Amino acid sequence: MAAKEAVAKPQKIKKKSMLAETLERTVKAPSAKLGAILFIAIVLFCLIGPFLSPYTYDQFDLMNIKALPSLAHPFGTDALGRDILTRLMVGGRYSLALGILTALLGSVVGVLLGSLAGYFGGVVETIIMRIMDIWSAIPGMLLCLLISATLGSGFTNTIIALAIGGVPGNVRMQRAQILRERNKEYLEAAESINCPKSKIMFKHLLPNVIAPTIVTATMTIGQTITMAATLSYIGLGIQPPTPEWGAMLADGKADILYYPHIILFPGLIIALTVLAINLLGDGLRDALDPKLRS
Amino acid sequence: MGNLIEVKNLKKYFKVPAGMNHAVDDVSFTISKGETLGVVGESGCGKSTLGRAVIRLHEATDGQVLLNGEDITHVQGKKLKKVREKMQIIFQDPYSSLNPRMTIEETVREPLQYSGRFQKSQLEEETNRLMDLVGIDQRLRASYPHELDGGRRQRVGIARALALNPEFIVCDEPVSALDVSIQAQVLNLLMDLQEQMGMAYMFITHDLSVVRHISTNICVMYLGQLVEKASADDLFRETLHPYTKALLSAIPSADLDHPMQRIQLTGEITSPINPKPGCRFAARCPYATEACHQPQKLEEVEPGHFVSCCRVREIN
Repeated sequence: MAAKEAVAKPQKIKKKSMLAETLERTVKAPSAKLGAILFIAIVLFCLIGPFLSPYTYDQFDLMNIKALPSLAHPFGTDALGRDILTRLMVGGRYSLALGILTALLGSVVGVLLGSLAGYFGGVVETIIMRIMDIWSAIPGMLLCLLISATLGSGFTNTIIALAIGGVPGNVRMQRAQILRERNKEYLEAAESINCPKSKIMFKHLLPNVIAPTIVTATMTIGQTITMAATLSYIGLGIQPPTPEWGAMLADGKADILYYPHIILFPGLIIALTVLAINLLGDGLRDALDPKLRS
Repeated sequence: MGNLIEVKNLKKYFKVPAGMNHAVDDVSFTISKGETLGVVGESGCGKSTLGRAVIRLHEATDGQVLLNGEDITHVQGKKLKKVREKMQIIFQDPYSSLNPRMTIEETVREPLQYSGRFQKSQLEEETNRLMDLVGIDQRLRASYPHELDGGRRQRVGIARALALNPEFIVCDEPVSALDVSIQAQVLNLLMDLQEQMGMAYMFITHDLSVVRHISTNICVMYLGQLVEKASADDLFRETLHPYTKALLSAIPSADLDHPMQRIQLTGEITSPINPKPGCRFAARCPYATEACHQPQKLEEVEPGHFVSCCRVREIN
């Protein structure tokens, strides 16, 4: 009887789903928790904020051009007298989506192509890597402009244009990771126990090589938000009067000496967002590494 | 007793920039049920490649591998799956042979899941049985490989190999990465398991004292070729090939009346890339003559004792 209990006991540990477990471990570290709270706050700010604001994002107030922060306009107004707080909240919807989706798209394509090149080697590798060489010979910004000009402005097209410049770097990094891991014996072991090829790739190989990509992706988000501003500036990307953080930053540039608040608040929120996502990314990377588990 | 494994003229060449690397060149041997074939040789002589080619982790360049009389050299798909369940491998490095992101339990259970032999409800029980069989404590089931020492990790590797009741296991230097005290434990475990379950081993090693202890028959490899093949007793009692002699003379002796008389080999190992025909050991062999540069054949010098040396009768 006693022996039976001893055997039964370990089975009682309820197995959580992998996603839930990973998320739980991600926010365990204080810094990652801070990142998560900050990120959720920013998202809520963008989603709910506009409904609470008495202004709309494109509402001119010509009597209050470039007004300093006050009770009526907590973050002041811009060169056309539009409420900066409201514009930040509405713009965040575009900027966040743009940043996150772009980083995601760039990493997914990078991981896929890099893994194929690294795992299969030979002709596949040569073809993919030579294309990447050519790809990266064109400066990222130029490529971005080119694609954007060809596809036209618009949300989806902007994401594609922005993501494409980062692909070669991601592919190279992923391939290098795969090459490092490819000859490890646990992959051979997986093959010898009849693990299907797709499972070897996604269950065994990928989790062991994904960490650098996660970190890079989180850093890409901030870059993308500012790069999107460049596109708007030359009439591609998101079009005014639709607000967008990067574009607001660019607008405020001219007045930085006399009205610094116009550039300060968009700058701050971009910095906060990047910080939050970086903290979350670090937490996720650590959560995926069993060596750091307590 | 029938031959479980029969390897006929197996070749495995790798293309390298300088030409063809003859990693395994024309190797033949048989393994019966329940016996252990020791494969010895220095680093880089193709022992591991041979083992992997036999169990289809490497595609053979030429030759045949027969399992229970059936040619499995080029089987694919479902048949390959069946074949792999019968032939498993235990790796040298227990640090890289386990996925660092999978718990012990997951690693041991994985082969069971792919086999389709077990119901979901039976998996747990079977995993427990395997862990008990190789002596891993149940409390380690949720641990990750980095939390275990080398010996325990190797036990996990053994449990994974045993999961599907294989008939044949390639042990690729399973103890050379372990501490000496742990080596003995793992070796004893392997021998106990063989006694219980009756599978055959191909035991690859460069540790001569280990190979004598564990093997029924021994193959000595030099640069991709077999130079001598005999039962373990015969090989140690009557060593015939000059390379084997040099190899065995390197075993330290604890007997003061018979101190070791080391045969020192001089010269460089010949390159395995595009080798010349003839004895590959000739460049370092103290007995080499012109005749040694002709292709050599593995000859049965005594019953069950094969040597690949044209001067074997003159020098012994």
